[in-house]
Amino acid sequence: MREFFTTFVRRLAALFRRRRLEDDLDEELRSHLEMAVARNLGKGLSALDARREALRSFGGVEQTKETYRDQRGWPMIETTIADLRFGLRLLRRSPGFSILAILCLTLGIGANAAVFSWVEGILFRPYPAVTHQERLLALGGTALGEARGTPISWPDFLDLERSSTLFDAFFVTKIMGTTLSIGDRAEVTTGSIVSANYFDAIGVHPILGRGFVPGEDAGRNAHPVTVISYQLWKGRFKGDPQIIGKTQRLNNVVHTIVGVAPEGFYGTFVGWAMQFWVPASMEETFEAGGYKLEDRGARWIEAYVRLKPGVTPEQAQQEISAVAKRLESDFPDTNRGRGIKLWPLWQTPFNNAGTLLPTLETMLAVVVFVLLIACANVGNLLLVRSFARRHEMTVRLAIGAGRGRLLKQLFTEGLMLSAFGAVGGLLVAHWCRHALVVLFPARGGVAMHLPGEIDWRVLALSAGVCLVATLLLGLVPAIQTRKIDLAGALKSDLAGVVGGGGRAWVRSSLVVVQVSLSFVLLVGAGLLLESLEKIRNTSPGFSTRNVLDTAVNLVPAGYDAPRAQSFQDQLLDRVKALPGVEFAAFGRMTPLSYGSFSSTAIAVDGYQPPPEEQPTAEYNEVGPDYFATMGIPLLSGREFTRADDEKAALVAVVNQTMAAQYWRGKDPLGERVQVKGRWMQVVGVAKDSKYQSVRETPRPFFYVPLRQNFSRGAGLFIRTTLSPETMKTALAREVHALDGNLALYEVITLQEQVDRSTSPQRVAVTLVGVLGGLALLLAAIGLYGVMSYAVSESKRELGLRMALGAGAGNLLRLVLSRGLALTTGGMLLGMTVALGWARLLGNLLYKVSPRDPLAFGSALLIMTMAALAACLLPAWRAMRTDPARALRE
Amino acid sequence: MLVLKTLDAMGPLHGFGIAMRIQQVSLDLLQLNQGTLYPALLRLVQRGWIASQWGVSENNRRAKYYSLTRVGRKQLAEEAESWGRMSAMINRVLGTS
Repeated sequence: MREFFTTFVRRLAALFRRRRLEDDLDEELRSHLEMAVARNLGKGLSALDARREALRSFGGVEQTKETYRDQRGWPMIETTIADLRFGLRLLRRSPGFSILAILCLTLGIGANAAVFSWVEGILFRPYPAVTHQERLLALGGTALGEARGTPISWPDFLDLERSSTLFDAFFVTKIMGTTLSIGDRAEVTTGSIVSANYFDAIGVHPILGRGFVPGEDAGRNAHPVTVISYQLWKGRFKGDPQIIGKTQRLNNVVHTIVGVAPEGFYGTFVGWAMQFWVPASMEETFEAGGYKLEDRGARWIEAYVRLKPGVTPEQAQQEISAVAKRLESDFPDTNRGRGIKLWPLWQTPFNNAGTLLPTLETMLAVVVFVLLIACANVGNLLLVRSFARRHEMTVRLAIGAGRGRLLKQLFTEGLMLSAFGAVGGLLVAHWCRHALVVLFPARGGVAMHLPGEIDWRVLALSAGVCLVATLLLGLVPAIQTRKIDLAGALKSDLAGVVGGGGRAWVRSSLVVVQVSLSFVLLVGAGLLLESLEKIRNTSPGFSTRNVLDTAVNLVPAGYDAPRAQSFQDQLLDRVKALPGVEFAAFGRMTPLSYGSFSSTAIAVDGYQPPPEEQPTAEYNEVGPDYFATMGIPLLSGREFTRADDEKAALVAVVNQTMAAQYWRGKDPLGERVQVKGRWMQVVGVAKDSKYQSVRETPRPFFYVPLRQNFSRGAGLFIRTTLSPETMKTALAREVHALDGNLALYEVITLQEQVDRSTSPQRVAVTLVGVLGGLALLLAAIGLYGVMSYAVSESKRELGLRMALGAGAGNLLRLVLSRGLALTTGGMLLGMTVALGWARLLGNLLYKVSPRDPLAFGSALLIMTMAALAACLLPAWRAMRTDPARALRE
Repeated sequence: MLVLKTLDAMGPLHGFGIAMRIQQVSLDLLQLNQGTLYPALLRLVQRGWIASQWGVSENNRRAKYYSLTRVGRKQLAEEAESWGRMSAMINRVLGTS
């Protein structure tokens, strides 16, 4: 061991003292020879013979030196350094080649690094300030017949926390919008309701003041305290150092500021930056639907757990499931058919991680394609150069370099290129790390936050990508050197023919691969674009034009039910009186918005459910004129009027699917449905529309009058031809006239709402489109390179053909047909791949077959056009060949 | 081992001296190129068994002198012993068969 170490140190040292050691060696050997000569002279030999004899018995001096050097340092490192030097010189000598190659690689590696950093920053390490994210799991509920995760209730959460042993921490965080009033300004912003252990559990320590203390999440409205974000502190409070202890109205309740969160902490919700945190005891102030901390049936919280070190997610899930089973049997009324589930962070059901997952998966595949194309391009460039360097290689082989040595040099050169590319790529990734936010539409009052995270894992992956690129790059010329034959290499033949010649096959196949890969990307982009069009053109079941959507949240202003009702009535009257307004109505939830509709167990008169089935349906509470305003057609019956109030008989409107499912084709008008123990009479049947997502399949849904199920937080819908901006001014004026403390949410068209709900698709289309375009460009460059090289290599053939009477048209056709042959080959290959792989887009596709002929057709067309464009210049050059000169050369 | 033994017997010596000595003791049976000695010497230096130092030779010439280190001495003893064991064993095997 020690021996190994001393050897290591000495050899390493030798690398740095080369010059001196070299002199030493010279002198030592010289003195040896001189001694030998002196001794031979002493034996009586002549001076000449003495020297000859000395040299003879020594052996080769230069060979000795060589072996000595190899033993002294590390020949590997030394030759590598030499290779690097040589490579650098080569790069400098042909800057055009170098820049093109490095740019291609920068694109390829940069696209990869950027997507890796997004995957890392959004899916795997979404909360930079939070400690031990690798042990965090998302905690949510499941329900029979519900594919997505559901929130869980506070009592269930407490029971879970109490009865589990495998966890370091359980913590709750529930996103909510709120009205923040500062001075006379009221603004809408986003914050979280959290359990008292929140800041301790995630290991984030406020820079000023404190986090929450145990017990602050218990007791109805007992602890009006808040921790504010660093941005809020710096922005609205101008970094006031005396901020702790000051008060702030949140939803019109005075809260004491007890802490300021550190910079760079944005809360624990993928996609949005939180501005403040309040303990769960203040739930009633921020959540619609009243006090829920003691209601096991009220499912509203989103939670995370941190596993103890060494506990696997499976063990944890087993323990959680056991507790959930017990809860189910202890509280059948609220928990029947309900489970509790753990999700890895990247599948978190309640934030944007889930929505972005398919997009990012697609992106990963796409960037790998782009990288392959870039590598193929650079490979092609290297190949051209390797033809030019054939002479050099031959000479090296001839004077005794081993093929391994040559390969090593080529790999070193490849490594240099990809290292430069990697550095450039990381810069690209660094610039792009916030680019994802730009692609998402801004929302009023919400700071979007989708950071890329460049950490060691991203760096390691990029290095891996770089290595793979190097191998691919080194491979191409390596294949070529294998074929160098020493004897024939002196002759350089420029007499190739277009499309002929054995060694062109490597370049041609590279181009075929490039064309096929970019063809796949084009098909993918086409499919996504078509789905987006389909989504945009799918009628959501309500009018998207001429309907504006906003909200006036009455909870913040502390309105009780009667006051809220009279406010809403007054506001509606005022709004309807505005010029240009056709209808206006309140509704609790906006379709296709982030929030989810309440779901409830129902019982239907005359419908006997099978024993395993618990009929459930989602519902919305809406005001009079809702259907007229939204443009949802009623198939029969009537909609709600002002007469459907607290004193009137309870009524409901069901949708088509619900009518079909529970009344089996019978007209449900006049029939009864039981919701939460209250029987309601069906007074209307509404056409199906989209509720949560444009891509959902029709599901049972019903509406109940706001007045009979009063909830104070409410969306306001206005049917008008006026623009949102005009309306906003008028509305703000009306709201302000009624109550100066109320804030109006942003005013947007329902079309905008639909567009926002499809943003993952749009991001995917944009990114795949951009990268597909890049790939096309790279492939076209590759094709151009191959064709122009083929033309320049076969000048003599072209000249000969011309001399024999071929017209310019023939030559044009010759070159173009060769280029198109390559393209066709590539497209055929690409088509096979695309047919097999397009289904991977599955989740992002909507009503578009993965084999859609339109997408394939247009990809075909675009690719052919690009190929023609790429071949045109070489073909033109071929046409202008001067036969006399070409033949003379 | 030959080198170590030489240095052990003769004290510090330069490369030429070592080469001469080895030739001598092997009664010219070992006709190696003297040049191959140097990489071997370097290897021993790297392992820390011998040390080198510039000095002046008997006829006033600058030469590199090699000397045995403590580690080298130990190594020599070990190798001599194991060689002894080995050759004794081989002798026994050859003797009995």
